[in-house]
Amino acid sequence: MDKRVNSVKDAISGIENNMTLMLGGFGLCGIPENCISALVEANINGLTCISNNAGVDDFGLGLLLQKKQIRKMISSYVGENDEFERQMLSGELEVDLIPQGSLAARCYAGGAGIPAFFTPAGYGTEVAEGKEIRYFNGKPHLLEHALEADYAIVKAWKGDWDGNLIYKGTARNFNPAMAMAGKITIAEVEILVAPGELDPNAIHTPGIFVQRIFQGVNYEKRIEQRTVQAKLS
Amino acid sequence: MLDKNGIARRIAQELQDKWYVNLGIGIPTLIANHVPDDIEVTFQSENGILGMGPFPFEGEEDADLINAGKQTITALPGAAIFDSATSFAMIRGQHIQLTVLGAMEVADNGNIANWKIPGRMVKGMGGAMDLVASADNIIVAMMHTNKRGKSKLLRQCSLPLTGVGCVKRVVTNLAVLDVTPNGFKLIERAPGVTVEQIQEATEGRLVVEGDIPEMNL
Repeated sequence: MDKRVNSVKDAISGIENNMTLMLGGFGLCGIPENCISALVEANINGLTCISNNAGVDDFGLGLLLQKKQIRKMISSYVGENDEFERQMLSGELEVDLIPQGSLAARCYAGGAGIPAFFTPAGYGTEVAEGKEIRYFNGKPHLLEHALEADYAIVKAWKGDWDGNLIYKGTARNFNPAMAMAGKITIAEVEILVAPGELDPNAIHTPGIFVQRIFQGVNYEKRIEQRTVQAKLS
Repeated sequence: MLDKNGIARRIAQELQDKWYVNLGIGIPTLIANHVPDDIEVTFQSENGILGMGPFPFEGEEDADLINAGKQTITALPGAAIFDSATSFAMIRGQHIQLTVLGAMEVADNGNIANWKIPGRMVKGMGGAMDLVASADNIIVAMMHTNKRGKSKLLRQCSLPLTGVGCVKRVVTNLAVLDVTPNGFKLIERAPGVTVEQIQEATEGRLVVEGDIPEMNL
């Protein structure tokens, strides 16, 4: 089933103001750079973005924040972004902070047909406010609901026309769970190949979860914290 | 008194052979530099790697290989990479034997606060709430007092909580303390630190029984 689209513009067609998007990535690692740029260019506003982080001031989702295209962020960790903090503290931006494991599980649940589940994370904290508590094996758990998105946008290393995806290194992170949870899932890949070229045993995201795929260009892959050790001569 | 590396070195003594360990950002990250030679532990980073190795050599950084602190890392032979949902299945499912994390405040009932200062710092909890709610064995690594000299070991946390009744042990620049039903039980003193100094720096209930040995580093 050929799911290729001709351009990033075609890939994001149908995304409108006030929609809910999921965007894969952890920090700046494994983020859909091409689609983010296209969303900035298309000037789509009022977005609810579900993403573990909010990028940095001048890269990743920070680019959408700069232009105030995001109305609400659903994330687990949003440090490293001054403009984000400013918009949040001034009330311009609505923010829902979620424990990282619950965020991943809620995306997975959204794609897997599990409407809600119980988790111990956040019991006794602000996160538990207004949520049903139940005890299992003597331990308190919160009821958390699945997350779904109008569009999920993921980034993989390799993909084929059928939408099968392989991620590289820790750029995998939230991408597989989010790929499952989009009503329409857009995958941008570094290398796009014909069906049969990827080893079926190595597929991380089966193509059934992906509706559109294209090969991205000019990946910057910015490193947030470059930590190295000196080579012993 | 210990520096941050000293705290890491003391916590490294808690590691046991064949454990899977999650280290938080800050002082906990330094523990990886002090693993005893005669044991094997595997470090997990919650963004999706087991078998995290040291920082790469200069010029060998890979933007697609980072830890949860977004630092470039390496993968050791035998490492495994997985997605976030699987990563937190390991954490929530209690497959990790030890979690070490930093804190802004710890209360003498085991409550911990480390993610938010209302109106001033809102960075989010990241994976900390999942980690502290699920792990059986949680050690907090932190300085005993904050920058203004105020105790971080309290009767009650004043900041929004990360988890309740979860911390088992606290290792600071001054002491090793266990959380017990009667408060912080003093286990060891840092080199050159007196029980009185620890008492003075601890706002929460402190239990001192018998002679308190000095850490053996």
